Amino acid sequence: MKYALLVHQPQEAFDKPRDPALAAAGKAYGEALHAAGVLVTGAGLQPPHTTTLVTVRDGKRQVHDGPYAETKEFLGGLVIIDVPHLDAALDWAARNPAASSATIEVRPLIGYAGA
Amino acid sequence: MNDSATQAAIESVARNSYGRLIAYLAARAGNVADVEDALGDAFAEALKRWPTDGIPEKPEAWLLRVARNRMIDAARHHQVHEKSEEYLQQITEEAQTVATTHDQFPDERLKLLFVCAHPAIDPAARTPLMLQTVLHVDAARIASAFLVSPAAMSQRLVRAKSKIRDARIPFRVPDPPEWDERVSFVLDAIYSAYTTGWDSLAETSSTHHALAGDAIAIGRTLVQLMSGEPEAHGLLALMLHCEARRDARYASTGEYIPLDQQDTELWSRPMIDEAESLLRKAAGFRRMGRYQLEAAIQSIHAHRAVTGDIDWPEILLLYEGLVRLAPGIGSLVGRAVALAQTGQPAAAVAALDEIPEGRIADYQPYWASRGHVLRMLGQAKEAEKAFTRAASLTDDPALRAYLFGQLNC
Repeated sequence: MKYALLVHQPQEAFDKPRDPALAAAGKAYGEALHAAGVLVTGAGLQPPHTTTLVTVRDGKRQVHDGPYAETKEFLGGLVIIDVPHLDAALDWAARNPAASSATIEVRPLIGYAGA
Repeated sequence: MNDSATQAAIESVARNSYGRLIAYLAARAGNVADVEDALGDAFAEALKRWPTDGIPEKPEAWLLRVARNRMIDAARHHQVHEKSEEYLQQITEEAQTVATTHDQFPDERLKLLFVCAHPAIDPAARTPLMLQTVLHVDAARIASAFLVSPAAMSQRLVRAKSKIRDARIPFRVPDPPEWDERVSFVLDAIYSAYTTGWDSLAETSSTHHALAGDAIAIGRTLVQLMSGEPEAHGLLALMLHCEARRDARYASTGEYIPLDQQDTELWSRPMIDEAESLLRKAAGFRRMGRYQLEAAIQSIHAHRAVTGDIDWPEILLLYEGLVRLAPGIGSLVGRAVALAQTGQPAAAVAALDEIPEGRIADYQPYWASRGHVLRMLGQAKEAEKAFTRAASLTDDPALRAYLFGQLNC
């Protein structure tokens, strides 16, 4: 069963200068996921001000500067893991060093229920 | 046995077997909803047939046979051969083999209880889900007990079951260090069924009364399934102590009677004895917890039936422990009352004043207790204000009348 662990962070988390200790912890977390054989893929995202929004309505492409103004938290990164069940996914979410400041959303992927 | 006792015995066997089957099948299918659909009819059929045919020797095998026939009928009728349906049929066949070859059908209800009270399930759905899956309590009755429309309750339950299936919440018994927290979720969900059944009941034999009975039934199952967990014993002891006083809570003319004035002759001796024995067993494990402390407090109240008075210093001691372990609004108010009863009304008011504003706004026992404590201090005017506030916060007419009656004392 594949789960996405989506890291949601407030704007302040992106504004802060890069913390070397946190970066090292993040790297170690990625290596642990890999070593456990559960990592499918993962990525960190650039800050919210780099966001561009695209929609196509009535065949017309519209491009806007993002992110959504009303959003309080922004996606900062994601990891996709393959584990047997939700409890295992929650354990990995809690181990993410970002969990101590950010919120980790755990969502199963479509189409992997039997996997 | 008379007819109603026979009926109750049949229902109890049917519910037990049903719960075991749901747990066993759902654990393998990872899916509660489909399994319930398959077994629901079989359960209804059992309640119809068993009173005349007698309880079958292997109730689980009987239920599975009916369920399997229904599944095959349904498959023919719909002409669908979905993968999930085939899988369900397959595990039902396997369960049938287990049911016919084993003396006792395996009991995996503990896994089901942990799923119902899983932290990933909406807290408002946990207790209803438990009542529906483990005891097969009618959804309409659950809705009425929780004061929501049947449609809203059904939506809440459907959503929870979809979550179990789609997010793949595992049917497993957690290990330490997770165990303590996860057990507390299970205990809280059961206790919530009990208090929902307890809170508003002027009329006995209501849906609420039945719900309290359901909670006790799950509590008993839990003690069987977790025979080494002192808090499971504590919870059942607490519920039995409260339940023992059901007939003494209101006068025959309907007036509310506070605990310390109840006629102890009306208390149920067998329930008190059972509660006391459970508490002793729990104490043997030497691991204190919230429910054991709460049950111990009720045990001291129960002791009034023997000694004629209430050991308030002991109650205060227990509340001190409870406040450290579980500083809920109930234990904070209880501790203040115990302070007042041990001759420290000023300390009691101070303790009440310390409770944050946001937690007391709609909590009736806080204002009733405040009224009593202020009256002890001779602050009649302030006491009246508190009693009036308390009276305005209850939905029980008898309790409201009692609280208004305090104004003229």
